[in-house]
Amino acid sequence: MSETSRRDLLQSIALSVTLGPLSLEAAQHVHGLAAQAKAAGVYKPKALTSHEYKTLQTLADLIIPADDTSPGAAAAGACEFIDLLASQNPQLLAIYTGGIAWLDHSSQRLNSKNFVGASPEQQTKLLDLIAYRKNESPILGPGIRFFEWARRMVVDAYYTSPAGIKAIGYMGNTAVAKFEIPQEAIDYALKRSPV
Amino acid sequence: MFQIAPRSPVYDVVVIGSGAGGGTVTKVLADLGVSVALLDAGPMLDPQKDFKEHMWPYQVPHRGIGEGGAGYFGPTPWAFGYFSATSGGWQLAGEPYTVAPGSKFQWFRSRVIGGRTNHFGRISLRFADYDFAPYTRDGLGTDWPITYDDIAPYYDKAESFIGVTGSKEGIRSAPDGIFQPCPAPRVHELLVQRAAKKLNIPCIPSRLAVITKPTNGRPACHYCAQCGRGCVTASNYSSSQVQVFPAMKTGRVKVFTNAMARELVTDGSGKVTAVSYVDKATRTERQLRCRTVVVACGACESARLLLNSKSGSFPNGIANGSGQVGRNLTDSVGYSLGAHIPALDGLPRHNSDGMGGMHLYIPWWLWDAKNKEFPRGYHVEISGGFHMPGIGSFNGDLRQQEGYGKDLKDALYNRYGASVSFAGRGEQIPNENTYCEIDPDVVDQFGIPVLRFHFQWTDNELKQAQHMHETFQAILETMGGTVTRPKPNFLTGQGISTGGEIIHELGTTRMGNDPATSVLNKYAQAHEVKNLFVADAAPFVSNPDKNPTLTIIAMAWRTAEYLAEEMRKGNV
Repeated sequence: MSETSRRDLLQSIALSVTLGPLSLEAAQHVHGLAAQAKAAGVYKPKALTSHEYKTLQTLADLIIPADDTSPGAAAAGACEFIDLLASQNPQLLAIYTGGIAWLDHSSQRLNSKNFVGASPEQQTKLLDLIAYRKNESPILGPGIRFFEWARRMVVDAYYTSPAGIKAIGYMGNTAVAKFEIPQEAIDYALKRSPV
Repeated sequence: MFQIAPRSPVYDVVVIGSGAGGGTVTKVLADLGVSVALLDAGPMLDPQKDFKEHMWPYQVPHRGIGEGGAGYFGPTPWAFGYFSATSGGWQLAGEPYTVAPGSKFQWFRSRVIGGRTNHFGRISLRFADYDFAPYTRDGLGTDWPITYDDIAPYYDKAESFIGVTGSKEGIRSAPDGIFQPCPAPRVHELLVQRAAKKLNIPCIPSRLAVITKPTNGRPACHYCAQCGRGCVTASNYSSSQVQVFPAMKTGRVKVFTNAMARELVTDGSGKVTAVSYVDKATRTERQLRCRTVVVACGACESARLLLNSKSGSFPNGIANGSGQVGRNLTDSVGYSLGAHIPALDGLPRHNSDGMGGMHLYIPWWLWDAKNKEFPRGYHVEISGGFHMPGIGSFNGDLRQQEGYGKDLKDALYNRYGASVSFAGRGEQIPNENTYCEIDPDVVDQFGIPVLRFHFQWTDNELKQAQHMHETFQAILETMGGTVTRPKPNFLTGQGISTGGEIIHELGTTRMGNDPATSVLNKYAQAHEVKNLFVADAAPFVSNPDKNPTLTIIAMAWRTAEYLAEEMRKGNV
């Protein structure tokens, strides 16, 4: 939401004090605009090389893939977030530069192809080695550590993006005149609850 | 280089600090026609500009984690997150404090008009009748010089004016007040209430300083859950928006921002004649002359100011003949525990934002239990629901859920909003090893000697934290949750909060009837200096299991009325 739109929303809340029910339509409109504003334009990596960035995009979509109702992490801007922060922090950049190189090197040894060039099955097989703590070993350790970083930051980036917030089903950050919980949700939980 | 500015006019009252205490005194006095100079060590607050209410995480490129992902590597500059309305933190540049060897303590300071009330949890609980006579009841601590009946009319005034939600319950540990309707409970809160009932624990509508009906020109809450970011519509209580700004409109209040009080200046008769302060912007040394002074800097900062106001008449600090300034420091006992509740998995989506805090809470229920393993008690705060996602929101789920891909995405969807956690807030009893004093070796950037903290929990508090764990585990398991955190070894000091962490520090200039053992009389007027009052939590004699803000407001209101009356009579 731009500063102007935010002010409009706040004004509509202030107006509602004198006019009665809140102008929810106005509020929702503002929130919708904010979501659109981010979508346009192609991002040019600031820190990662184009190969590293492409690898990160592949990895991000393997961590949070698209499905019938929501996009994957790359389309939601997760890699832009990581690249931007890495451009501001050499320590973070080193984690991604080194981690992606580790991924490529391991993929080369296993498949004679770098990670992006490997087949989806080959990519998944490699990730299965580094996505679980039970595989901890001196050889896989660096990969496990990198995957933890990437997974955490991809999840953070995805679910703080407009698409991810929609995907997880957060319906708040809006002005409501009366706070109510739908009976359907109460019944759902009570039916499943031991108390 | 410091310069001395010209002499100021004489103000009826100089109030130092604009938080719950200073804000209340300023508003009450201004309404009574008294002229006030209000000093704060921070800048003016502009809610429209300073509050980040309604912002989405993606509206900031770093989304709240800080440039370069700072929060992934250590603490960010924002103690409670980028979007919070805090102004200040656990450490302030150029304004240190020290902690004595063997002690652990952390001190949260907010330098801005409104202080910590801009972001606080809004929990507004009356002390119980028995809270004012703790010594009489169990032989520990000290009784207050006032009773519940003395303060009750001021609780009424405070609640009516600031607006507090709640319901009439008739529970002795949680006296009823003048309440606005509390919004409906959230789904997880209903489950907690049912589990608590099975365990014979009460769970009742929340008492938060949030208005659910238009009040004194302030619109009702719009239920965005972002009280902690500061409320642009002033639908919750902050002293800045609810007291200081309206008081300024009376024309009787002059506000001095970025004014760091150095000392109280006295004359030969031992009365305060002026407040000496540093104008931070110009680093100029200035004085405000006054007929009376109200110190409301926050308990520890108030003690520091008194201890630093040394003179021939007051070699140990002003009003400190008893030696009690800085002593009797307490914080609340804090402990938290949560669990994933499978019954909430996949909960049908809805907006559960509501007020910025719980809609139900658990008041202390064992106030008359015999054979308890610890004295006093605690209340329980509940959290859960569909919060706006932020950086780190899913850390707990990621720890429980390995892997990636569609399975991970589905698991995160299912688990979103399915966690419930409890935070206990309990009573610490003052002890002789817990206090603050002036560090003889360290000064801040203005040359003002800083505080050194000493802090020790005793078995009273450690056993209470252990009881919190057992209670929380019982409720979570009754709800079908599994507690994965191993039980801390409480009696060795594990698990319990760090002193100061709960930000309920108080007691450092306690009131009492005997000048030999107390700093202030029962109106929070210094025994030794008739025109010196303290109006934050420093006058508190004990620290019951109720967050102090509402009582700070009620006590400050009472002190302000007393002060105005004494001025009218010519006694101060």
